[in-house]
This record gives sequence, structure tokens and C-alpha cells, in this order.
Amino acid sequence: MEIFQANNIVKEFVGHVALSSVSISVKEASIFGLLGPNGAGKTTLIRIINQITAPDSGELFFEGRPIKPDDIYQIGYLPEERGLYKKMKVGEQALYLAQLKGMSKKDALKSLKYWFEKFEIQAWWGKKVEELSKGMAQKVQFITTVIHQPKLLIFDEPFTGFDPINTNLIKNEILELKKNGTTIIFSTHNMSSVEEICDHIALINQSKKILDGQIDQVKEKFKTNTFEIIYRGETPDLQRQLGSHFDLLEHDESAQLKQMKVKFLSDQSNNELLKILMNQFEIVSFKEIIPSMNDVFIHVVEENNREIQL
Amino acid sequence: MNKSILILKREYLTRVKKKSFIIMTLLVPLFMAALTILPTYLAMMDDKEERIIAVYDPTGLILNQLESNEFTRFHYIPVQEFQKLSKDFKSGNCYAVLHIPENILTTSRAEMISDKQVTFDVKNLVTNRIEKIIEGEKRKQVIDEIGVPDLEKKLAATKTNITVETIKLGEEGKAVKSSTEIAMAIGYAAGFLIYMFVFIYGTMVMRGVMEEKSNRIVEVIISSVKPFQLLFGKIVGIGLVGLTQIAIWLILGTAIKTGVTAFLGNGSAETAVHAQNIMAGQQMGQAVASTPAGQNQVAEILQMIGNLNLPLILFGLFFYFICGFILYASLMGAIGSAVDSDEDAQQMMLPVMMPLIFSIIILFAVAKNPEGPLAFWASIIPLTSPVIMMVRIPFGVPAWEIILSMVTLLATIMGTIWMAGKIYRTGILMYGKKVTLKEIVKWLFYKT
Repeated sequence: MEIFQANNIVKEFVGHVALSSVSISVKEASIFGLLGPNGAGKTTLIRIINQITAPDSGELFFEGRPIKPDDIYQIGYLPEERGLYKKMKVGEQALYLAQLKGMSKKDALKSLKYWFEKFEIQAWWGKKVEELSKGMAQKVQFITTVIHQPKLLIFDEPFTGFDPINTNLIKNEILELKKNGTTIIFSTHNMSSVEEICDHIALINQSKKILDGQIDQVKEKFKTNTFEIIYRGETPDLQRQLGSHFDLLEHDESAQLKQMKVKFLSDQSNNELLKILMNQFEIVSFKEIIPSMNDVFIHVVEENNREIQL
Repeated sequence: MNKSILILKREYLTRVKKKSFIIMTLLVPLFMAALTILPTYLAMMDDKEERIIAVYDPTGLILNQLESNEFTRFHYIPVQEFQKLSKDFKSGNCYAVLHIPENILTTSRAEMISDKQVTFDVKNLVTNRIEKIIEGEKRKQVIDEIGVPDLEKKLAATKTNITVETIKLGEEGKAVKSSTEIAMAIGYAAGFLIYMFVFIYGTMVMRGVMEEKSNRIVEVIISSVKPFQLLFGKIVGIGLVGLTQIAIWLILGTAIKTGVTAFLGNGSAETAVHAQNIMAGQQMGQAVASTPAGQNQVAEILQMIGNLNLPLILFGLFFYFICGFILYASLMGAIGSAVDSDEDAQQMMLPVMMPLIFSIIILFAVAKNPEGPLAFWASIIPLTSPVIMMVRIPFGVPAWEIILSMVTLLATIMGTIWMAGKIYRTGILMYGKKVTLKEIVKWLFYKT
């Protein structure tokens, strides 16, 4: 079931279009990656979901019905540009933000106690925010984002400012939230983390959505029928042996275990290739090269930019 | 609405709990008290020193005519002692030697010799006394010369003091004793109070908005509440901080005054009142100085204050205080949202604060002529009316003018709040761009 849906969202600012007819739909209890280069319109879309700004046209649905103002209490938002009141004490501030999200003081205190214990930061409660390091403040912000147990969480670059240990901690928290049924929209430039945690992605470039799909399907779609073979032995004139159906992209004979990359030019089965190679040498490994999200991102965006220029 | 109260509470509590607020709130009344009490106290102190002034008077004109007072005594000395003292001042046991030269009637000059700087008070006392004696002497000579009988008495009878009482006709044609000076004093005080309040707390609203913007917390908050609720909570919260401060000042001021009066005793309290009157008189030029002095003064002032339309003044003060603050605070909030740096803020603030500064500049002119065209227009135009109308109200203003002024102000506030809300919600999310006035005008027409 879709927890959130946006249909044909258009948003224009004076002089430029931020979103032109963008539609996304986010499945419940999944992690949805919202990708795109800087200035593509991601933040505008996120602000529209949070009802900070309204679209010029288009429809928004939350839990299957048109979105209403009160739905913001079911949403938790960690913006990319985030901060806290520097002079305010950590505990007081977390309590204030939780209450703004509609929690009662009592519930907020109880919940905060749980999270502060979980992150082992009880000692910070009475400290002023300006005394905390950037990573510490980010942890507090993470807590204030999830404290009211929203159904939909929106994280915009959640890992900036964290060291690897804390990045891991936050990543695990996000995965656990998903396991408990929370839906997460995740916006980042860090493609390896997208690969690790996202189920579904949408890619926005220059105000338009140019790619949308399950992460494995997207990768499947962009694979180039290229295989990597590692072998032991001698092979004179390899390209001639491969014939016209296969193209030798790379060949590295410098190490003991030699390596080559072969692209299928026509619709051949893997076994055809293996048959040719088996006669030549001993095959150590044979695997298909699946493009990384990073490759997909660069490939799709560059192609799209080229098309727009034409 | 619920959220606005939450925001209001935070805005209020964080500011009221600040050390700087507590210190300011406590120190200002103490400082003001010190400013009023200290001069009076010191004035009472320094005359306690007993001084002997040796007088050498070869003319005999003032011989035995200089009256000693409680602390300054005159002691007449013969020529030998005068010569001795001139050579060796220390040998005598006196504060100063006053020498009346033979030709004082023609030169009008005397001299006072001392080994230290003669104090202002002593010099004043001596000068006044000699002046009177010499004047009397000269007058006597003239009268003797002319030879008209009883001329002195007749001349004395011509001396007159005139008091002009201003009487304002009340609405039922009843004559009411009014005081231009008191109306002026109240007008000034009210005008200044509003000006200070609007300026200080309006700027505080701007700083608050800028803080949220530069902290980058604002986006988190407006994902929970509407930007307008945030701005509204902030303005009201900070307004209440200001009212709290003024309330504490009033209470402390009253307490200190009561305490001081009790401490200094009755007689000196009068001196204190007198000293305050003098100080007030200095501030306002000739205004208060001409009020008749005396025991009845306080009673008379109270009566004249009673004759003013006090409920209207209080209502006006309340109304213009609140409305003036909301008007400027919403503008300042909009500015705070539009800028990124302090320098930009200063630049943008100036045009907005101009009308307020202008009203302080014309304050005196308005108080001198509260019925003039400048006063009229400045008290109708909403950006200056909070200060200027308050200066005029104690003098009495036709009801329709007050109503027109208030309605115009209210309408302007509505417009301003709408405009500020629009600018604010766009401005707070706008980073890293130097904003021009032209751009801000564009924001007004953005859809949400």
C-alpha cells in the first residue's frame, strides 16, 4: 500500500521552474531514495511533502486520501540545512521540538528518556547546544526528528557530519525504523548508502523525474551485458578467438591471475562464451558486471543533460 | 493556536531567564534612583561644613550687614589682621578673607582670598549678599538725591509677580484648570516610552528571526507549525518580555521611591521633590520653572493631573504602545527573515525605522504646538502616530481625530502583518543571496 503519493506536481518560482509534473509514490514500510544533482528540485519536493510550500498544481495523497494540514504530525523531517538554538539546553530544546510535533509533555519526556538512553547521551541533557560538537548536535537532531513516531520520515543527507561509527549507528536506526513499519524518504548524494538501504529510487534532474523504480530493477535495466572473467593460463590473440559476438573491453595480463572484461554484442548465452574460453585456459571466476548506483546516476543525468541541450 | 502559545512561551521564557535581562531589569531602576537621589543627597551633605570668612571692609559699607547663616559665618577684622593674613594666610583660622575695596561703589568688584579654591556655593552666597547691600546703598543715595518723600516704599510697591493660569473649557463649558507643563511632561514621557519600547523590542524581534534563520532551525520548526504562527508567537512573546520589564521597573521604582522617602525623612523628601523639579525644569527649558513654588504645589499638580482625561491617556498609551510595537515588530521580523548578515540588516532597518526616528525629531515641535498641521498629520499617519498622538492626547484632541488615527493604525497593522507574513515565509528559507528591496516586493506575490 502507498503511504504517500504525489501526482503531477508543478512548482514555479519567478524566473524558473522547480518541478514540472513530477509524480512519485512511496510504499509503506519501505525506504525511498530521492536522488538528483544539486538544484534539481529535490528540496522543493520535500518542502511540498512537508507542506512548507504548496505546489502550483498537482495532487498529494497521504495514506490514500488527499493530504491535510494535520498530517504534518505524522511526518518527521530532518532538513539538509539543520540546526538548533545554540543558547538553549539540549533537553529543553528536544522537549520543545517534540511538543511542536504535537506530543504531550509527559509522552515527550518519556520518549526522550528512551532515546537519550539508547544513544547514551543522558549526560548532555542539561548542556547548552553550543557546547556540543557537530556530530553530537546531529544525534540530538536525529532524535528530535523521530521522537513523535511519525509514519513517514524524510531524511535529507542524514549522514553529513557523522564519523563512520555514528554513520553506522544512524544507518542501523533507520533500518530498524523501517522494520517497525515506518516509511522513509531518503535524499542523498551518497550513492553507496543508497545502494545499501534503499528499496526504491526516483531520480530528478532539472525539475523532471527521469528515472523511477525498484533499485534492483533499475540496475538490471542499466547493465551493459559485460562480464568479468579471471583466469589462469596463456591466450594468444584473444579477440580473434572470441569472434564477432563478443567484444574484449579490457585485458590485464600483468598479474598471476589474469583478468578480462567482455561485452556481449548480440544475444548470446553465457555458456557460448564459456565454451570458447574453456578450451583456452582455466577459468577462476566468471561474473556479470552490475552497474553501481553511482554509474547509473552519472550515466542517466549526463544523458539527460545532453538531450536537454539538443 | 496551541502551537503559537508553545512558541510564545519559549520566546518569553528564554529571554526572561537570560542573565542580561535580569541584570538590566534590576539595574536600571537602581541607576535611575541613584541619578535622582545622589545629587540631592550630595547637595544636603556638602553644606554641613562650617566656614568662617574674615571680612576686611575699609569702606564700612557692609560692616555688620553680612548675615551669617548656619554654616557660613562672617567675622570682621581690622586692617592689621588683614595685612597679617595677606602675608601668612595659615596663621588665621578662617576659610577665606573677603576684601571690600574702597572704590567698590564705582568698580563693583571685591576679592576673596583663600589658599584653596573657594566653592561655588560660598562664592554665590557672598556675591548675592554684597550685591544686595551695594544695590541698597546706591538706591538710597539716588533716593536721597531726588528727595521725593516715601519714594522707597512707593518703588517697593511696584514690584509684582505674575502667574498666568491656563484654563481649558471642558465639554460642558465648565472651566477646568489645566497645566500646559503637565500635559507636555506626560506627552513627552508617553512618546519616549513608546519610542524606546518599539525600538528596543522591535530590534529584538528582528534578531530573533535572524538567529533562527542563521541557526538553520527554522526549517525544522516550520515543518511543524505555519511560518505565520512562528512569527506571531515570537512577536507576542517578545512584546510580553517588554511589558514584564516595564512592569518590574514600575514596581521597583515605586518601591525605591517609597523606601528613599522614608529613609531620608520628610524634610529631605521635599528637597528631593524640589531637586527633581529643578532637573525636570532643566530638561524642558522654561516649562516647569515657571510653576509657582510652595507647599501647595504638589496638591495643585495632583489636581491638574486629575483634570486631565486620565482614562483616555491610559487607554491611548495602552493602544498605541501595543499597536506601535506590533506594527514595527512585524516589519522588523520581515527584515530579519530577508537578510543573512548584520550589515544587511542595518541597511534594511534604516528606511523602516526612519518614521520612528522622525517622530522623535518632531516630538518637541509637536508638544509646543499640538494643534498645528505637523502635529495633526503626524498623528494620523500610522508610522508616526503611535508616538505623536500620545504626545498630543494629554493636551486634548478631538475625538474624531483619535478615532481616525486609531482606525488608520489598525488597518495598517492588518496590511503590514499580511505583508510581513508573506515576506517572512519566503525569506526564512532563502539563503546565500543578497536580497534587494525589489526582490522582496516580488515575494509578496508568491503563492504560499
